[in-house]
Amino acid sequence: MSKKVNITINGYPVEIKAGETILEAAESEGIKIPTLCYHKDLCVAGNCRVCVVEVVGQKRLSAACATPCEDGMEILTNSLKVRNSRKQIIELLLAEHNADCTKCYRNGNCELQTLASEYKIMTQEFIELVPLKKFSIDMYSPSIMKDDSKCIRCQRCVRTCAELQGVNALTVAHKGDQMKITTFFEKAMRDVVCTNCGQCVNHCPTGALVEKNYIEEVWEAIANPNLHVIVQTAPAVRVGLGEELGMEPGESVTGKMVAALKRLGFDSVLDTDFTADLTIIEEGTELLTRLKKVLVDKDETVKLPMATSCSPGWIKYVEHMYPEYLKHLSTCKSPQQMFGALAKTYYAKARNLEPDKIVSVSIMPCTAKKYEAYRPEMHDSGYRDVDYVLTTRELAILIKQAGLDFKKLEPAKFDRLMGESTGAAVIFGATGGVMEAALRTAYEIVTGRDVPFENLDITPVRGIDGVREASVKIENPVEEWAFLDGVELKCAVAHGLINAKSVMDAVKSGEANYHFIEFMACPGGCLGGGGQPIPTNAEIRQKRAEAIYAEDRGLPIRKSHENPEIHKLYKDFLKEPLGEVSHHLLHTKYTKRERY
Amino acid sequence: MDPIQTLVKDLADIHGRKRENLLPIMQGVVEKEHYLSELSMIEIAREMDIPAADVYGTATFYSFLETKSTGKYTIRVCKTITCAMKGKNQVLFAIQDMLKIKLGETTPDHQFTLLETNCLGWCHKAPAMLINDEVYTELTPEKVREILSEYMKQNGNNGYH
Amino acid sequence: MANSHQLKRVDFIFRNENDWEKVLSNTIKKTPRDLINELISSELKGRGGAGFPTGLKWKLTSEAESDEKYVICNADEGEPGTFKDREILSRVPYKVFTAMAICGYITGAREGFIYLRGEYKFLKEELEKVIDEFDYYCREIKLDFKIKVFMGSGAYICGEETALMESMEGKRGEPRNKPPFPTQAGYQGKPTVINNVETLVHTFTIFKYGAKKFYDLGVQYSRGTKLFSVSGDTPKPGIYELELGMSLQDFVYEFGDGDTKAVQVGGASGFLVPRKKFKDAAIGFKGKLTGISLPTGGSMMLFNSSRSMFNVLDNYLEFFREESCGQCTPCRVGCQQLLLGIKAVKRGDKPAAYLDKLLRLTETMQYTAKCGLGQSVANSFSSIVENFREEMIY
Repeated sequence: MSKKVNITINGYPVEIKAGETILEAAESEGIKIPTLCYHKDLCVAGNCRVCVVEVVGQKRLSAACATPCEDGMEILTNSLKVRNSRKQIIELLLAEHNADCTKCYRNGNCELQTLASEYKIMTQEFIELVPLKKFSIDMYSPSIMKDDSKCIRCQRCVRTCAELQGVNALTVAHKGDQMKITTFFEKAMRDVVCTNCGQCVNHCPTGALVEKNYIEEVWEAIANPNLHVIVQTAPAVRVGLGEELGMEPGESVTGKMVAALKRLGFDSVLDTDFTADLTIIEEGTELLTRLKKVLVDKDETVKLPMATSCSPGWIKYVEHMYPEYLKHLSTCKSPQQMFGALAKTYYAKARNLEPDKIVSVSIMPCTAKKYEAYRPEMHDSGYRDVDYVLTTRELAILIKQAGLDFKKLEPAKFDRLMGESTGAAVIFGATGGVMEAALRTAYEIVTGRDVPFENLDITPVRGIDGVREASVKIENPVEEWAFLDGVELKCAVAHGLINAKSVMDAVKSGEANYHFIEFMACPGGCLGGGGQPIPTNAEIRQKRAEAIYAEDRGLPIRKSHENPEIHKLYKDFLKEPLGEVSHHLLHTKYTKRERY
Repeated sequence: MDPIQTLVKDLADIHGRKRENLLPIMQGVVEKEHYLSELSMIEIAREMDIPAADVYGTATFYSFLETKSTGKYTIRVCKTITCAMKGKNQVLFAIQDMLKIKLGETTPDHQFTLLETNCLGWCHKAPAMLINDEVYTELTPEKVREILSEYMKQNGNNGYH
Repeated sequence: MANSHQLKRVDFIFRNENDWEKVLSNTIKKTPRDLINELISSELKGRGGAGFPTGLKWKLTSEAESDEKYVICNADEGEPGTFKDREILSRVPYKVFTAMAICGYITGAREGFIYLRGEYKFLKEELEKVIDEFDYYCREIKLDFKIKVFMGSGAYICGEETALMESMEGKRGEPRNKPPFPTQAGYQGKPTVINNVETLVHTFTIFKYGAKKFYDLGVQYSRGTKLFSVSGDTPKPGIYELELGMSLQDFVYEFGDGDTKAVQVGGASGFLVPRKKFKDAAIGFKGKLTGISLPTGGSMMLFNSSRSMFNVLDNYLEFFREESCGQCTPCRVGCQQLLLGIKAVKRGDKPAAYLDKLLRLTETMQYTAKCGLGQSVANSFSSIVENFREEMIY
């Protein structure tokens, strides 16, 4: 099958697999061809034209990303004709781009800037188009800002929103000089189906799409002596942060991150993983309760399958696209919001603090979390539960601004209260992790035994396939759950909203009969979140996932229900899972939204 | 049911609900409504189960699929080279003068919208214009005044408001 | 060389022949292979402007393996100065349909589409009437082929064949990456023959009269006849069927007003030929005769000495700036730069030497744009700027 093709690249003979593009062939030979519209996560567009190369004998140049190699092709990637054309294309892009780089959020991490620097574009002879057009900045969303003056129309965001997420909030509109990337009827992002997942931000080569940042607000809070500023960090942050600070993908930097946060001046450095464990207790109990109500009580108001609710991008997606399925969503808040609600109640009380003097900051791999914290229903503590949400990228900015040499920091430990966690919580950061953590706990509650998988590693729910299934047969349950004897618990995992869509459609059509489904908005789960370091792609996601599972394996406690701080929380404050306090602080409701 | 909903549903029944039926459906809406409103695009998206943003993005690509409110008659004056050489501007001035609107505008009674367009394919009989789908060629200011008077008269007689 | 001051007028295309049923039923008695060979031996090349050999196109599609194939008649005639396809469709539509059906028979396509530009909507009803008759006959002779009219909605770029297919699929009319070519993966990803209206009518002529009759007309590499849409400063604007290979000098002698300063051959995406080069320019496809050869979709626009070539170029560039699909950088930004650039030079905001920067830009556009639109902006730009540089500056 794998037919070979012989070509030459810049005079050197190369044997490659038939069907490879010129770009792929060059890459495997260690020759970099510059690209902008190309992204490994996405289909080939071939519209920016910076990857053009010369095929000897052809007058026109070919886009390397879109041209398959043919036997005998002689390819020149750096001929004078290529260089001159490429340079002019970069000049054209700069003429259309608001190149006020020193005032740009992506300054220093912009693909167009890098290219301009590589090609030493020192003058601007073309006429600048930006002043001639009425560009606007959309900053109404709490998560994402869109600045059309910086857009190079590569359409990576549009393809991301369609191909990875199936959301299609973004589109290309108009043509010719008016062509632009926009939303339905050019509305603000907050007014359309946008889930705030931030994948567009993660895939944007320039500063056209960036997260709304809250860096200054956090610095101000830290500097205010009257405020007690606490910070929580999501599981996926610790396997991504290093990349922003000069380390290789796949390095887990939990201890250094904690050390850095302490040095930044946070009064207490805590862990979202703690509330991830709490989520498992609440959500696991909710699942078992639902099973009982459906299977034993035949209560038709209770819905199965139950879907997880940790991913705010997924939540907003369901609210828009499948509002008739809101009752299938677990009522549990996400770990971030459980943490927020407890911070200004349980934590405040335990530490003898006034809740209004607590500023609750969270570090998330996610832009949708910014929107989640901003939701009106997330005020159950009596205050805004989470005040500021920063992405992994924003945290890296704080660390750089503080002048910390991250690599040299001595690892530190999370503070207490609400800093203790388990391996089950860590794997929340990877697709399948919530499912695995939930099964570790739920199975044990029901049977009194460990899940029947070696080392507690529930491998069927791990991996990178967009949709994965697993089933666990329940045998010899404890008396309370006797009705589950012999029941095969059917589970599914989906990540990336395009895969969520296919699972939901299967549920809708009745062809899928799951009991429990984990949904994550972003490809790879949170470790591939919209707030993670740029670039993110399949290879990098894989490395982050490996780091997460390694962290789980290395932890002494790997089941949420064995977290001692969780026991203490129930004993001192919540009393019981799904109890009255839980109901008030840890659970929420959802809103039907327009699909269009 | 809302009249737009009915219209879109009827069009989808005729043409189908696959993506390749999008243009005929949008054209059908424009034929009846003269333009694609936000509401009609939402309806199309719902009826065909495609993203609303895609409907908008596709519509705005085509210059005959107006997304802003237009009059009952859309006048499209060809501005491409031969028509430009053969007196397009005089024709345009005559229309503007008569309808008291500028390019891109609609008369207050919502009868006429005045636009320019690219080559209509009547270069040998320039200048040319379209009023909706009707072609008028070898225009002069006098001729265009006659044509428009005819349209105005018709509407007066029809009692169209 | 063509004879001086002589244009060879021909009358094939509009000749009223009420024998399409016979042509169709006789033609499909022959084997597809024979018909393809006939077409190849005629050396017919596409009449939309690009000049791809029609026989080869049909052959490739017939060899492509697929259950579904399509035949598309490209009637998105949008090139400034071209209006021949409209005339064909209003006067001899049955010839077009017959050719499409024969193409279907040869390639295995059972469905044909006419992509009719929105500006020609007034033709639709009449065309559909003729299609009804045509369908009836196809059923009678048991030929499984159906034709539908698909309306465009005002987008010049949809004349580009892959943009046209995107448009038919209900999307923005943005040209695709090639390869794959439509003969392998066209409409709905299926092998597709897409031909210009006029090309199809020529195949009718070839199937009716034989390839030789067609081949004997014209000159080497440019066989047969061609419809020319003549407009601008001419006493005789209109549509003319002429043998290929004529010199522009002869053409101007016939159609000029005695004061012809330049002729734009091939519309806004074609070339401007100034008076001093008329005698060296021949109308036909590449690689023939001596001097310049000009492929053309048949648009011939004459300008007399009262015309400003700056205004002409300005008009073209405004056209391209608006009609570019906007997806690729060189075309989207390039067209804007060219238009703003010549205005800036004219105003004195940029030095005359800036025109050279713009000429280099058109070269880049020609090398790197994704489709024929962006690639061919260079044609009119460089031919006007190089020949009428002083008009651009002063």
